[in-house]
Amino acid sequence: MTELLNVVLLGFLALTALAAIRLRDLFAVVMMFSIFSLLSASLFVVMGAVDVAFTEAAVGAGVSTVLMLETLSLTVRRERPPAHRKLLPLLVVTVTGAALIYGTFDMPKFGDPNAPIHHHVVTRYIEASPQEIGIPNVVTEVLASYRGFDTLGELAVIFTAGVGVMALLGTRSRRRKENRR
Amino acid sequence: MDTFGLFNYWVVVFLMMTGFYVVIASSNLVKKIVGLNLFQASVFILYISMSSVKGGSAPILEEGVTLYSNPLPHVLILTAIVVSVATTALGLAIVVRIREAYGTVEEDEIHRQDESL
Repeated sequence: MTELLNVVLLGFLALTALAAIRLRDLFAVVMMFSIFSLLSASLFVVMGAVDVAFTEAAVGAGVSTVLMLETLSLTVRRERPPAHRKLLPLLVVTVTGAALIYGTFDMPKFGDPNAPIHHHVVTRYIEASPQEIGIPNVVTEVLASYRGFDTLGELAVIFTAGVGVMALLGTRSRRRKENRR
Repeated sequence: MDTFGLFNYWVVVFLMMTGFYVVIASSNLVKKIVGLNLFQASVFILYISMSSVKGGSAPILEEGVTLYSNPLPHVLILTAIVVSVATTALGLAIVVRIREAYGTVEEDEIHRQDESL
């Protein structure tokens, strides 16, 4: 049942991605991206990553979409039809994709409990965290305690991006007011 | 089930390549950013696929459950999702400024204006 759900959701993801390529109306493209995010959030729930799922649903499908729609309202809504055929990009993408597919043949099978990724620090996180920290959600423990510096670095990135956006757009309204005077 | 062992990764590669195609083939800057986001979202799916264990439950400790999916990729991807929104916001802000300066968000028109200077 889980496998079936997995395959169906992945199929829908592929369809929405293709639709996003083909559509010329940018509003529809943004909506396709939003659907893509929501579908991937459902896929995360199926694969047991509940924390990631609700972050993706709230932040990926929600905030990103709002930001993109805001940009559309400030720019244009339709994409111009392409001036020339896109054979070279298609070739580049096919070659890159083939190389990546070749790379997947060395990867452990999906859901294999003996994969190397499951036998390093993670076993210790799961076994020792009830004594060391004592809250049931392991993801929260790793995020806020074991790898707290990662989260601090993330804050630095968000702060820098915020400063960048303010520097680009923050002075606009003031300038416009001065122009009117 | 062995034939489906790598199916997730193949679909992820396909999604990644659709995002990549949008980034390099489309000339509209907003659509390019959507493509970049598609690419990022498929990287998230790749990581979460690797973290999944057959029959494992969500990594919330509970009596009587011994098999959990791997929480470490979940943490990395939580960070990555938030960072991706920050970078998207910055990219879109740059698009808005480009539109103010050039009056268009189509890449080839911007190049043409730059060359005619």
